[in-house]
Amino acid sequence: MAKEITSTSVEKEAKKKEMILFLSNTAEREHFLSKNNRKLLSDPLDDNNPITVQVLGICSALAITVQLEPAVVMALAVTAVMAFSNMIVSILRNLIPNRIRIIVQLIIVASLVILVDQVLKAYAYDVSKQLSVFVGLIITNCIIMGRLEAFALGNGVYKSFLDGIGNAAGYGIILIIVAFFRELLGSGKLFGFEVLGHKAATMAESTGLYSFGYENNGLMLLSPMALIIVGILIWVQRARNRKLIEQN
Amino acid sequence: MEYVNLFVRSIFIENMIFAYFLGMCSYLAVSKTVKTAVGLGAAVIFVLGITVPINYLLDQYLLRPGALEWLNPEYAYIDLSFLSFIMFIAVIASMVQLVEMIVEKFAPALYGALGIFLPLIAVNCAILGGSLFMQQKSFDAVSEAITYGLGSGVGWFLAILAIAAIREKIAYSNVPAPLKGLGITFIITGLMAIGFMSFMGIEI
Repeated sequence: MAKEITSTSVEKEAKKKEMILFLSNTAEREHFLSKNNRKLLSDPLDDNNPITVQVLGICSALAITVQLEPAVVMALAVTAVMAFSNMIVSILRNLIPNRIRIIVQLIIVASLVILVDQVLKAYAYDVSKQLSVFVGLIITNCIIMGRLEAFALGNGVYKSFLDGIGNAAGYGIILIIVAFFRELLGSGKLFGFEVLGHKAATMAESTGLYSFGYENNGLMLLSPMALIIVGILIWVQRARNRKLIEQN
Repeated sequence: MEYVNLFVRSIFIENMIFAYFLGMCSYLAVSKTVKTAVGLGAAVIFVLGITVPINYLLDQYLLRPGALEWLNPEYAYIDLSFLSFIMFIAVIASMVQLVEMIVEKFAPALYGALGIFLPLIAVNCAILGGSLFMQQKSFDAVSEAITYGLGSGVGWFLAILAIAAIREKIAYSNVPAPLKGLGITFIITGLMAIGFMSFMGIEI
């Protein structure tokens, strides 16, 4: 009996060492950017996009896309949280008891989000005010939980890190496309610069497109349009990539 | 009257889905049939109704700047509000665990139907969003927090019920192939949200 215990503890010790050295027991030694690893990065951009295909992380994606700047900041924040939470969960994956794994994951993600929130408050206060509760809502962003459950719990550290970056990039791309159209059509600006010309009180005083009588589409600034733009993006993507079409 | 006002506001004007897009993931994923939608909606009302007041009390007596004054006047300068995310999510995760056990015990059929989405209520943005908005609104009493929590839950319930009914019907319509399923659901939700905007600016 005692011998058994020592042998299992020796095994555990070996396992721990493996985990610390970031080696999996299959001893696969792949090149740093091998084909599989590159696939982890590029797949979420199109074929397996978190928003348009996996339907994850829509909650925060829509409310903050009125302007490009908060959308970019949000994408960066999600990238940071996602890459590191994937990595940490992957390091701990053999130590987390299955029953309480959701709580453990939430605590890991929440601590990372607190860090991001404090950094934003310190270095980008205006954007942090604009994002308001949505920074906190990164915790419950389904992309993060979804990838932790689906990938990080079953894969090695480096792969999980790549998966996190790839999925966050897929999320960020949709966010930036939606924000681009909403800011351009809604307020005629990009990153706050008036790219379509300056709109003054009368047509004669205006410059650029506005001097021809162009008007901003105020509807784009309202939140429902974000949903419709994402719907159209899905339409375009699936028309080009027909294997993604759903059967009913 | 004040409470009725708050309740109606949180259902229609500040609807979790149509005004803030919170809880969209499960809203889109579980709305294929009305039956599961009703189950999830009820669970969300329940969890929101419990977690918002609990988090309100936590915020009032533990987290907000100067909240620890009731313990000792010396602690008045302590500001623990940076801990609110982690405290809120811990309360929510444990409450969801509780709901899961209750549903498993008393309604096994519903438990089977909800499947993975029951534990995922913990990461439903509507739940954490309810608590975070509560923190921003700075209510005066815990009863207001209860009203707000229940109202937001009912709003979410109505939204998922409506989309589930529409999706059941739209299965028989001739939708362009690339728009089928997810795409058309997004667009319908957008149109419904435009409809809900007509509530904006109503003063009750």
